[in-house]
Amino acid sequence: MDTGEAIADHVGVPTVVLFPTCLGDVVARQTVTDAELVLVRLGFDVRQARGATCCGQPAFNSGHDGPARAVARATLRALDDGTDDPILVPSGSCASMVRLHWREVFHKTDDADGALRIAKRVRELSSFLAEQSATIASLQPQLTARVGYHDSCHMLRELRIKEAPRDVLRAINGIELIELPSAERCCGFGGTFSGRYPEVSVAMADSKIQDMVDARIDLLVSADPGCLLQLGGRMSREGSPVRTLHLASVLAEALA
Amino acid sequence: MSVREDIGGSPLPDGWAAPAHQPGAFELPTTTFEERAHRTMARPFARRAIAGATDHAVSLTQARFADVDHETLRDQGRQIRAHAIANLPDYLEQWIANAEQNGTTVYFAADEGEARRIIAGICVDENIASVVKSKSMASEEVALNSALEGVGVDVVETDLGEFVVQAMGDRPGHVIAPILHRTKDEVHELFSKMAGRDLPNEAEELTAFARAGLRHAFLTADGGITGGNFLIAETGEVMLVTNEGNGRLTSSVPRVHIALVGIEKVIPRRRDLAVLLPLLTGHGTGQQITTYVSITGGPRRDAEPDGPEQTHVVLLDAGRSALLGGEFEEALHCIRCGACQNVCPVYRQVGGHAYGWVYGGPIGAVLTPLFRGQAEGGEVAQATTLCGACDDICPVRIPLHDLLLGLRRQRDEQGEVPRREQMAFAVWGAVWSRPWLYRMTTAVGRGSLGLLARDGVVSSRVPGLRRWTDGRNLVLERRRR
Repeated sequence: MDTGEAIADHVGVPTVVLFPTCLGDVVARQTVTDAELVLVRLGFDVRQARGATCCGQPAFNSGHDGPARAVARATLRALDDGTDDPILVPSGSCASMVRLHWREVFHKTDDADGALRIAKRVRELSSFLAEQSATIASLQPQLTARVGYHDSCHMLRELRIKEAPRDVLRAINGIELIELPSAERCCGFGGTFSGRYPEVSVAMADSKIQDMVDARIDLLVSADPGCLLQLGGRMSREGSPVRTLHLASVLAEALA
Repeated sequence: MSVREDIGGSPLPDGWAAPAHQPGAFELPTTTFEERAHRTMARPFARRAIAGATDHAVSLTQARFADVDHETLRDQGRQIRAHAIANLPDYLEQWIANAEQNGTTVYFAADEGEARRIIAGICVDENIASVVKSKSMASEEVALNSALEGVGVDVVETDLGEFVVQAMGDRPGHVIAPILHRTKDEVHELFSKMAGRDLPNEAEELTAFARAGLRHAFLTADGGITGGNFLIAETGEVMLVTNEGNGRLTSSVPRVHIALVGIEKVIPRRRDLAVLLPLLTGHGTGQQITTYVSITGGPRRDAEPDGPEQTHVVLLDAGRSALLGGEFEEALHCIRCGACQNVCPVYRQVGGHAYGWVYGGPIGAVLTPLFRGQAEGGEVAQATTLCGACDDICPVRIPLHDLLLGLRRQRDEQGEVPRREQMAFAVWGAVWSRPWLYRMTTAVGRGSLGLLARDGVVSSRVPGLRRWTDGRNLVLERRRR
């Protein structure tokens, strides 16, 4: 493609905002980088959400609404930039927090309207990518792997997103998608739960990992960095040969 | 021929000395969820038994509702329960009037102690020296068995699972499957010890052994104590489901029948059972209907060959009425099917005893703080990942996830959160609500983890992360070229 075309293409190019979340800022940076890479390849202008911190979920889910609101407010105000650009979140759980629970967090506060505005703009990344399946397929992504997908609880049972990430995986040449029998069972992360009850949490991960061994997958994919931290962390400790990757990273590798 | 002439049976074997339920049933204040969970998790057989049984139960439930309009049925179930609870005082009054009309003596027990005193009192007044009991979680709530034994009444649990629980000095681990956490081998060992000989390790043989003794117990007991699945307001009846027939024998053979039932179990009409019964049995055991559904409506009437001479019903409050009209009222909609326990990924690992009181799993994590108070029971509401699987299976659509969140909030409001946690979140909130401090701390966090990592993996026991990295590595996503 020549420069003239590129510039022409750029006019009216849709812009999206990428909200990395705290997990993306601390342990899952590559996921965020890869999400950006993929979105650019799909023809989007990607803007990083400057000043956004965390969605407040760790405190909210522990019953500490004060700290949850304080942290979520900083993120809300950073995201509320006066545009209608979609805000993409590479974490099912955080997307669910903003879309569904911020209205409770900011109920009867000055930010109640802002919370609704942001909730409408926020999209979980894989559901957004699934709408681009045709474009993705046209880019001929290629990755040879026997893949299992793990559903993030909040993404599945709160946002009701089940097929979208699987559709994205199916758009990649060479991927054999295996439906794991325990795909929908919680991995045991649960945010602070994993630190409060480590033994139970690890046992919950193990119950899923056994399924992956039985299914002989070589790559486990999820759309939630929390689940990947948990399952990947346990598999790493146990010396499992199964790789764990975020959907965005799978796509980035397949498009590389 | 009357039921009494029909049953027969042989006395309980000599080895049988019905021990009281362990007082350890109420260890909430002295142990933590983690400690109790560890006890079950340290027993690999128990873990496998719980996971296997719950997975099986979930698949039976799914199969049961595969070809019906399950969602509509759940909507209807929710409507009936919500309506009954919203109008609970009226329906209770109606139920009481009709029950008394039928000849049943009705009592109201405000708390556990009162329930124990009332029932022990009936036993003393009516010269009841022995009772058979069919499974009742309400009786677990009030620790009834030890109270009865305290006044010299012999108690025999007649649900096969509860029979095992009682003989082991154990506690039920599940609302409808009390020995879900036990294996056949353990039952074989127990029964062989009771029999004084090595019984064949076959389910049928073991059941037959218990059955022979239980038959005799049914025949000789002076009183029968049951719970109740529903109280039908328009008729004053008590409805009871069992698969072993022990509920029917308990409520009809002994001369006195006493039912202990939570006040929230009331439903307006018999026809409501058309919705609630299939929901209860389908979510409990995957059955269209249980083998026995008994509806008892008072003492034996003239010309009836069977039935008790007296029927008493003790209505148990014990924290229930306090929930009416409040944030947690929906917890009263529960019909005790156990489906949320079956589907819970935490329960699947730890079983019912980890919850420290009577009820385990999601509904236990909700009811325990509500009935025992935040100071004693608040911790168990933390012991879930909020995965929402319970919300999706509950036959009457109790929003367990929201109730759990509400209880966590209430614990904070009531000042029952450990000080260290309180402080940690206060600091966290102060720091991460400021973007520049957030950037700084996340950069420091990344840097430190980077330094501690070897090949992108933090496996050492980092201060503050020790518990996390005990069984897991912290895998840092590495920059790919």
